Amino acid sequence: MNRIHKLFSRLAAGQGKALILYLMAGDPDPESSLEIALTLLGAGADLLEIGLPFSDPLADGPVIQAAAQRALAAGTRVEKVLALMGRLREMTAAPQVLLSYYNPILHYGEKRFLEAAAQAGVDGLIIPDLPLEESEVATGGPGMRSLARANGLELIPLVAPTTPDGRLAEVGKREPAFTYAVSLTGVTGARVELSPDLETFLKRLRRHSRVPVAVGFGLSRPEQVSRVRDLVDGVIIGSRIVQEIEGIPQQGLETVKEKLAILVRGFRRALDRS
Amino acid sequence: MTEPDGRGRFGPYGGRYVPETVIPALDELEETYQSVKSDPSFWEDFQYYLTRFSGRPTPLYLARRLTEKYGGARVYLKREDLNHTGAHKINNTLGQILLARRMGKERIIAETGAGQHGVATATVAAMFGLSAVVYMGEEDMRRQALNVFRMRLLGAEVRAVKSGSRTLKDATNEAIRDWVTNVRKTHYIIGSVVGPHPYPTLVRDFQSVIGQEARRQHQEMEGRLPDYLLACVGGGSNAMGLFHPFLKDGEVKMIGVEAAGEGIETGRHAASLTAGSPGVLHGALSYLLQDDDGQILPAHSLSAGLDYPGVGPEHAYFKDTGRVTYVAVTDGEALAAFAELARLEGILPALESAHALAYLKKLLPQTRPDQSIIVNLSGRGDKDVEAVWPRLEERGDLL
Repeated sequence: MNRIHKLFSRLAAGQGKALILYLMAGDPDPESSLEIALTLLGAGADLLEIGLPFSDPLADGPVIQAAAQRALAAGTRVEKVLALMGRLREMTAAPQVLLSYYNPILHYGEKRFLEAAAQAGVDGLIIPDLPLEESEVATGGPGMRSLARANGLELIPLVAPTTPDGRLAEVGKREPAFTYAVSLTGVTGARVELSPDLETFLKRLRRHSRVPVAVGFGLSRPEQVSRVRDLVDGVIIGSRIVQEIEGIPQQGLETVKEKLAILVRGFRRALDRS
Repeated sequence: MTEPDGRGRFGPYGGRYVPETVIPALDELEETYQSVKSDPSFWEDFQYYLTRFSGRPTPLYLARRLTEKYGGARVYLKREDLNHTGAHKINNTLGQILLARRMGKERIIAETGAGQHGVATATVAAMFGLSAVVYMGEEDMRRQALNVFRMRLLGAEVRAVKSGSRTLKDATNEAIRDWVTNVRKTHYIIGSVVGPHPYPTLVRDFQSVIGQEARRQHQEMEGRLPDYLLACVGGGSNAMGLFHPFLKDGEVKMIGVEAAGEGIETGRHAASLTAGSPGVLHGALSYLLQDDDGQILPAHSLSAGLDYPGVGPEHAYFKDTGRVTYVAVTDGEALAAFAELARLEGILPALESAHALAYLKKLLPQTRPDQSIIVNLSGRGDKDVEAVWPRLEERGDLL
């Protein structure tokens, strides 16, 4: 059984919720990424989403765009991201998901990429520019979804407030380990307020899919996490984490690790308080 | 061969590699487009604005002195530069704004490189009283300052894009991000035969008026079909518009001319078909410029409208099938052709179109006087004068 499935079954049994945190691999360098990943897990993260930097991240807001630029400038490549995740796997049993745009994977070779990812102990993939249809269509091969499954990896689908009921049901039928619910119509980035339509959207998603739901995009404060926790199985926080990592060159890694630990414990408390 | 499959594929190319948020908007656009295809009133409207607003049909003009100079095939220029706003881009924006109105969208966004698509979008938005935001790279705003003023005069908001290479690729990223955010009320008027399905198909169909007219005009003037069609290719909309109505005419050879920038061998070029490889950018699988790790490389061309590391998926398909031949010419060759057309024919071509003219000079010696060539003069060169003049002075030999 895949580590992500195990996490959600364990949490469901104890009424717990998953705290999913994002960091960009290689921002500002691979060693720091490894230490930050361990800090996030130590402070209460259940699952890590590790970004592979891309030159043209069209689903991302300015914070994650800048992180990708820093990581690329530092020489981050596909092989280095997989090596980082491989080292992390040796140090922890926590599930880890790789977030990448499609082109680096396509260029590396879909099958070769998935085999290398499985070898590195990656449990799942999120590809923001590979919607359901394209994940099942062949560009010469059987499609990413079945290739991922064949390698023991979960391809995590994204659904959005604009996704109609029929598509939500189609996504649910694929029985992914969880569904990534995009909380708003927009790109990634911390927002002060939750989308007013969020509750309606999440309830609609629940009606059409029995798969665990984690909500992300825009979440940046413990109060937002408290408000949304009863509607979902997990929350995903990205840009707010990356905003702290941005400070490493000025503040030093140790200071940022301390600040991150405090931030993450705050999210953890908000998620655990029933 | 000429219609994409149900998933918007031309052979393996095309598709919809975009965030889930905009998939329903693409479905809506596709449904709307399918419904208007069989609705004569839509095409009457389109024709009305092409004729009365843009001034179509544009002439097919025999370039007499150019023809005489080379002594080969007779050269016809398809005068898209005589359209309202000065380029072929208006054909597509007129079609798309009519679609936007059918879908009840209140807001229009667009990306632009040379600014011609931005101006054409601002123009049709003003004509119908819709608000328009145009994304343009900071570098392109510098190179095409005149078009920035034109867009602002037309009431559009021009947003400077400061990320990446600050050119068309980055402007397209920002336009997609805006669309993902405001998708419910916004229609994104993509300016070329690129992007997710159904854009490459509908932009092609709206631009096909170029080839339909040229085919008829050439028949009237020469009593037969041309031997060659020649057009520049950035994203590829003017080329696709000219080529498409001739696809089934096997005897008509088609050549798409890409920007070789400072030279293919320097790596500083925009020739994605000539020197790129298949990959996914801006929603479609096609040829593009990328490094060995799948990161998109910045393109380089003196011409802002060709300065793009990707190309429309149907062109990728035509490259593979061999129906169209793709070649590339350098900045210097385009400059020389720019200056030559001005002196020989009294026409300032857009720098983009000058790439097609530059290849014409290489092609003509291989042709005979009983043959004919149609070159798509996709836009006028007034916008380029400021950027071109210092380069021409440097060259010395061209003035």
